[in-house]
Amino acid sequence: MGEPLIDLQKPVGDDVKQTTCYMCACRCGINVHLQDGKVRYIEGNPAHPVNRGVLCAKGSAGIMQHYSPARLRKPMLRTGERGSGEFREIEWDEALALAAGWLAETRARDPDRLAFFTGRDQSQALTGWWAQQYGTINYAAHGGFCSVNMAAGGLYTLGGSFWEFGEPDWEHTRYLMLWGVAEDHDSNPIKLGLGQLKGRGAKVVAVNPVRTGYGAVADEWIGIRPGTDGLFAFALIHELLKADRIDLDYLVRYTNAHWLVIANPGGADDGLIARDADGAPLCWDRNTGAPGLALSADVSPVIIGEFQLADGRQARAVFHLVAERYLDPQYSPDAVAARCGIPADTIRRIARELAEAAFDNPLVLPIEWTDTHGRKHSQMTGRPVAMHAMRGISAHSNGFHTCRALHLLQLLLGAVDTPGSFRYQPPFPRPIPPANRPGKARDADGRLDAPPLGFIHGPEDLLVDENGQPRRIDHAFSWSYPLAVHGMLHTVIRNAWAGDPQPVDLLFLFMANMSWNSAMNTRETMHWLTDKREDGEYRIPRIIYSDAYSSEMVAYADLVLPDTTYLERFDAVSLLDRPISDADGAADAIRHPVLEPAAAGDGRDVRGFQSVLLELGARIGLPAMCEADGSARYRDYADYIVRHERAPGVGLLAGWRGADGNQHGKGAPNPDQLQRYIANGGFWRAEVPHAGRYFKMANRDYLDWSVGMGFIPNANPVTLQLYSETLQKFRLAAQGHGPRQPPDEHRERIATYFDPLPIWYEPFEGAQTSAVEFPLSAVTQRPPFMYHAWGSQNAWLRQIATRNFLYLHPDTAARHGLVDDDWVHVDSHHGRITVPVRLAGNMQPDTVWTWNAIGKRKGAWKLARNAPEATQGFLLNHLISDITPRGDYANADPVTGQAAWFDLRVRIEKADSSAESAPQFAAFSGHDPDSAPLRFGAPFPRKDGAP
Amino acid sequence: MHPSFSVIFFTTFSGAGYGLWFWLGLLAATGQPLTRTPTLAALALGFVMVTAGLLSSTLHLGKPLRAWRAFSQWRSSWLSREGIAAVLCYVPALCLAAASHYILDARIAGALLAIFSLATVACTAMIYASLKPIPAWRHPLVLPVYLVFALFTGGLLFAAVFALSGWPVTNMAGFAVMLGAAVLWRFKRRAWRDIDSRPLPVTRNAALGLPEDRRVSVFERPHTEANYLLREMGFVLARKHSKRLRVIATTLFALVPALLALPVYLLVHVDAGPWLLAASIAALAGTLVERWLFFAEAKHLVSLYY
Amino acid sequence: MTSLPVPSKVKLGLVIDLDTCVGCHACAVACKEWNAGGISGPLTDENPYGKDPFGVWFNRVHSYEVEALDAQPAMTLHFPRSCLHCETPACVSVCPTGASYKRAEDGIVLVDEDKCIGCKLCSWACPYGAREVSAVEGVMQKCTLCVDRIYNENIPEEVRQPACVQACPTRARHFGDLGDPESAVSLLVAARDGVSLMPELGYAPVNKYLPPRPRRAGAATMQPIEPVAEKLDQDSLPPLLRWLDRALSR
Ligand SMILES: Nc1nc2c(c(=O)[nH]1)N[C@H]1C(S)=C(S)[C@@H](COP(=O)(O)OP(=O)(O)OC[C@H]3O[C@@H](n4cnc5c(=O)[nH]c(N)nc54)[C@H](O)[C@@H]3O)O[C@H]1N2
Ligand SMILES: Nc1nc2c(c(=O)[nH]1)N[C@H]1C(S)=C(S)[C@@H](COP(=O)(O)OP(=O)(O)OC[C@H]3O[C@@H](n4cnc5c(=O)[nH]c(N)nc54)[C@H](O)[C@@H]3O)O[C@H]1N2
Ligand code: SF4
Ligand code: SF4
Ligand code: SF4
Ligand code: SF4
Ligand code: SF4
Ligand SMILES: [Mo]
Repeated sequence: MGEPLIDLQKPVGDDVKQTTCYMCACRCGINVHLQDGKVRYIEGNPAHPVNRGVLCAKGSAGIMQHYSPARLRKPMLRTGERGSGEFREIEWDEALALAAGWLAETRARDPDRLAFFTGRDQSQALTGWWAQQYGTINYAAHGGFCSVNMAAGGLYTLGGSFWEFGEPDWEHTRYLMLWGVAEDHDSNPIKLGLGQLKGRGAKVVAVNPVRTGYGAVADEWIGIRPGTDGLFAFALIHELLKADRIDLDYLVRYTNAHWLVIANPGGADDGLIARDADGAPLCWDRNTGAPGLALSADVSPVIIGEFQLADGRQARAVFHLVAERYLDPQYSPDAVAARCGIPADTIRRIARELAEAAFDNPLVLPIEWTDTHGRKHSQMTGRPVAMHAMRGISAHSNGFHTCRALHLLQLLLGAVDTPGSFRYQPPFPRPIPPANRPGKARDADGRLDAPPLGFIHGPEDLLVDENGQPRRIDHAFSWSYPLAVHGMLHTVIRNAWAGDPQPVDLLFLFMANMSWNSAMNTRETMHWLTDKREDGEYRIPRIIYSDAYSSEMVAYADLVLPDTTYLERFDAVSLLDRPISDADGAADAIRHPVLEPAAAGDGRDVRGFQSVLLELGARIGLPAMCEADGSARYRDYADYIVRHERAPGVGLLAGWRGADGNQHGKGAPNPDQLQRYIANGGFWRAEVPHAGRYFKMANRDYLDWSVGMGFIPNANPVTLQLYSETLQKFRLAAQGHGPRQPPDEHRERIATYFDPLPIWYEPFEGAQTSAVEFPLSAVTQRPPFMYHAWGSQNAWLRQIATRNFLYLHPDTAARHGLVDDDWVHVDSHHGRITVPVRLAGNMQPDTVWTWNAIGKRKGAWKLARNAPEATQGFLLNHLISDITPRGDYANADPVTGQAAWFDLRVRIEKADSSAESAPQFAAFSGHDPDSAPLRFGAPFPRKDGAP
Repeated sequence: MHPSFSVIFFTTFSGAGYGLWFWLGLLAATGQPLTRTPTLAALALGFVMVTAGLLSSTLHLGKPLRAWRAFSQWRSSWLSREGIAAVLCYVPALCLAAASHYILDARIAGALLAIFSLATVACTAMIYASLKPIPAWRHPLVLPVYLVFALFTGGLLFAAVFALSGWPVTNMAGFAVMLGAAVLWRFKRRAWRDIDSRPLPVTRNAALGLPEDRRVSVFERPHTEANYLLREMGFVLARKHSKRLRVIATTLFALVPALLALPVYLLVHVDAGPWLLAASIAALAGTLVERWLFFAEAKHLVSLYY
Repeated sequence: MTSLPVPSKVKLGLVIDLDTCVGCHACAVACKEWNAGGISGPLTDENPYGKDPFGVWFNRVHSYEVEALDAQPAMTLHFPRSCLHCETPACVSVCPTGASYKRAEDGIVLVDEDKCIGCKLCSWACPYGAREVSAVEGVMQKCTLCVDRIYNENIPEEVRQPACVQACPTRARHFGDLGDPESAVSLLVAARDGVSLMPELGYAPVNKYLPPRPRRAGAATMQPIEPVAEKLDQDSLPPLLRWLDRALSR
């Protein structure tokens, strides 16, 4: 008998479509192979700039996401009490009429009575614009509870940021420090980059209380205590300053290190930048022994010393203040070691390694370039030290300053946008802070004068009333959280319930599982969503929600608008929102329907939310969405993507603009644009000119190109801000200067936390509770194989983990007499959970952790009620309060309002073994799923001819 | 290893059946005139046990209807050989049934039956003994143990059948039973002691290709729930259960039969039949427990990964 | 075919770099996805949305903790495990039906599911846990080395490689001919001292693992940072003064 014949030449499928993955926010390019109209195989698109052919676990499991039994089928109208999960399916006509009616009614009363908040979506370019047209200031996306500390810390310092807007120079860096990163949005690019670094033998240092994922492959793991990274960074800065291992030339060329800061204690100008009559910043010029223009190429700045300005005021250079502050012994390695949990010797060694990597072996690339002064340089000299940070830094109440501290450290090393260092991705860098301010007032059409989210340049931009009280429902841009540039999704539901600052009529949510894993204080959030007034009406009168799956949040809506899956709709991954650029190119992308919901013939009737939103806008007569005769201006979202112009020539997509499709960046709308994208694999990318690859903040080739693309208004250099004058303006206001000052109760807080140089303070939860009572930090991590709540309903992904455990260090476990699979009560100042534990030595001993968002509520996500996700899995969110222990502010960063998820402090106590994790909540109504085996692939013929 | 009842039943009952056939075959091969009733009874009992065991063993198959395919790989596979030998046994067994009508030469049929029966049991043992990933089964006593168990349980049944059908069983049968029990007891005690004292011959570090200098422990499994490997090969038996079960097994397969054989040996005139029958039943029960332990106590190397 | 073929010259297999693997499970899911609809699909999942989800996977990613040493904190090691396409695999020789076989041409070990009776013996014979059965399908299943991809001319040549290799985001997985000492994979194995798993069992695995490189944490007591030629006595003068006379140009 010979070997059996096997068909090695079977085509993968009968069709292949190229689109963009949305199993997470990384947005990799995918080739979707179809067979008989069903998905056969999803693979990475090798030509795609984001993933270059690779695909993560979630991406491969997209098939199961698409065919998930948890998909919503039709619009639904609530029939039972909120939270019961009882609905009846209705037709779209009825759903749209209802929604339009509610929206119109609310708008007529007061547009601000609509709170429109979107979660993990990537169509903020549309939703923010829509909110502006509607006229509500109460709009935001999820960034406020996600990583606005990173965004704001970066944008107010570098004009760019970590998050997904910058990247390490994977090709050249020799030393990478990863601060608090488990997966991040750029998960495939980071993995590709780490693979590359490992191959080259570059050193990777992971600063993280837990050593998993990226930390596992790192050369060195620094098991830091949560919330202390700022101190660690200051100690590194201290060492570098002490040894004079800093890049002064870089500092005076690209940063405000030499700008003069007025020293006038008690004065209204104290701490402001000394400027000439035209507002140009001044420095002290060694050549003339007098103040000179700080931005001029011809000055020789002096950076140390006290100088007298022409008008007699005293001033010192920013660098002087920096050096003075961080050379202080309180920031020496010995002083911070105990608090950070890092030996002082290790801190000294890391400082030395950084200095060696940056200065002893500078990286020189033979790239000629021209700076913004017009000077030609024959080469680019880089500091091959790169840093990347994410939520381990940002999800703390001191995260904004910690993020600034990391940027300060990078800048002192001369390691921002040089070969081998952190690099901007276009359209960044942008001016600091970016020019657009949040909308405040409505015009005659009821439209807001600017999009509801923007950047605050000073107290005058805040959204507060004449008494200094918040105007927005989430209190963003108020004196409590002045730089809340992404809004604050985590405060909306409480405030809507409390009517603070004023009641809302309609809560309109999109793609945010706000009654479960994205809530702080989950139990009360459910209460706020269902609480009634004395007259029996819900305190939040109406809730519309759009989801694609039967998540926990669906049960809390009055009207559910079922979205398509990501394989069924048009989406724009826009440069106006969260682009997919890399440091060497600007890029954007689309999703397009590779499957039609109707074609499945199973009665499922869902619509892309963006199209629904445009239709609702037209139905309620929003001018921008209607023609003069009142008919809808846009057929659907695809039509909007192509035809809508944000500014002349600027639309959602930058590629193939102009009537013939040969303009890029800017150009008239091109009716064939989407076809051009589809033909190009679903994405567009434009290379940064070769000479513009580095020093983008002061690189004429880059800046000219960027202006040409429509990314920035002019080609002025971007001066990186060691010292933030914006912050100082708030501090001055708090100290009693200027026309707009905080109410007294906020003065001290503003004065403290709006320090123009980075500071470190104990995160609020730790500061306001006792370390004896709550001795442990508790954090979550992203599992690489799941995306928040979407992942664990997935038939394949849930086989990797249907449940989570609380990981404890063996020393902690020993203290409590715990072994693997014991149960513990975990208490915070706010609540208690009862959960199973596992021991692991690869973590900081005073920290406990678990995977995020695996726990599910019974009856949600079409999982069986006895599924381990519901019976054993758990969330830390039940322990995380939405307000500080003192109760005075949101559990958030005082500058940006970023949710402080990782400030959580807990104690543990052995529990009797338990059958179920606690707390448990009543199961939603509905049936358990079919338990028939899943034989995916069976319909595809196995062998040639054979069935 | 997962103690699958169909396989335990098979090795116990078919094993005893082949043992029975072996003794019958041996008797026939010596040329002794065969009395029809006990011969047919022994053949029939053997047939029932062997066949029931074999059928039961196919229950363990994912595709029982394709079982015939298992005969093809006799050149390399002990399972295939076992299958062939098992089927081959039926030929001399049938011949012997016929021979008892004086149709064929019972001596040749008997010899073949004895050989094929022993061979089948040996193949069964070799299936296990050849598996390197299961060190407990690589023990040199596995083959002898399988053979002795078959001979012992089969012998008891053989003697019981003949005694019950009035064949004069000598009191030396009682002695043989006690001897067999002693041998089994010795063998198993030895095998168990070795299992207990010998750690797995491979370390987790070797399974992962790592040097031996740092202890490696499981942080997270690839799956939080069970999978095929864990259900099939990850069976874990608590030590205290295993101790108890060993005592029960030994009592049933060695002590009880030996005690029941005592009167047969000592009291020349006693009716051996019932005693031997009772001893057979005890021995079979003990064998079942022993087989259960054979699986349940065997650790597969894949457990190093978990 | 259960007897092993004459050893082939071509020995196709995987090389997995444990130094780089971040344990993301991408390879495991890509494998599941490809093979579910491939020549040995479906890879059936029992109870997909219930209490004990139980499916067939050809590739599973383990995580281990490597104990701390004095100079080294505890390490986390990720370890993907799939069929090693052994040169002398008992999984093949124990198979009673010939369903399990090793291809003469390239050494790939496969199961012919049309012949398999689901006796499970081969899975017992594999020390590496590379074979799985679902009760629903009743036949043994295992890594095919994506034989229906690697020779498939309908797939562009650059990605004509196993699904797990194609997907791996850190590119920790490599595919090639380990029978050819000059192949890229063989050179990689040589350069990085690649190892076989449990070679003493005699299965002669073709797949190789590249062990983690020693982690360069540096000894804790290294010299403090080296100041550049220091003119200043830091103890007596404020260090700020050091920068006083620094001539800088923009
Ligand atoms: N304890 C703890 N809690 C946390 C965090 C943490 O680190 N620790 N992280 C926080 C952070 S950073 C974030 S971003 C949030 C994330 O939290 P969420 O934004 O709530 O994320 P998901 O749970 O994925 O919920 C998004 C919802 O979108 C739905 N959805 C999925 N695909 C589609 C689609 O195509 N269309 C529509 N309309 N809906 C869809 C899902 O079904 C789900 O209900 O969690 C926060 N919560
Ligand atoms: N696979 C997958 N990818 C995702 C997501 C997902 O759900 N799944 N979610 C996406 C979203 S919304 C976001 S916001 C990003 C977030 O991406 P990450 O920033 O990677 O988010 P987390 O998993 O919250 O990781 C935070 C890390 O910080 C560590 N950490 C906690 N506290 C501290 C601290 O004080 N200091 C330091 N140095 N480290 C600390 C934690 O141990 C953890 O490793 O990921 C995105 N990517
Ligand atoms: S990282 Fe994974 S889930 Fe996210 S877009 Fe890329 S392939 Fe999809
Ligand atoms: S790894 Fe296991 S299944 Fe694969 S060839 Fe080797 S023995 Fe056979
Ligand atoms: S399970 Fe199938 S492949 Fe494995 S040994 Fe039995 S017949 Fe052969
Ligand atoms: S080679 Fe193919 S079948 Fe084997 S593990 Fe990789 S993806 Fe799975
Ligand atoms: S895909 Fe690559 S990095 Fe991820 S687990 Fe598999 S081998 Fe490791
Ligand atoms: Mo997030």
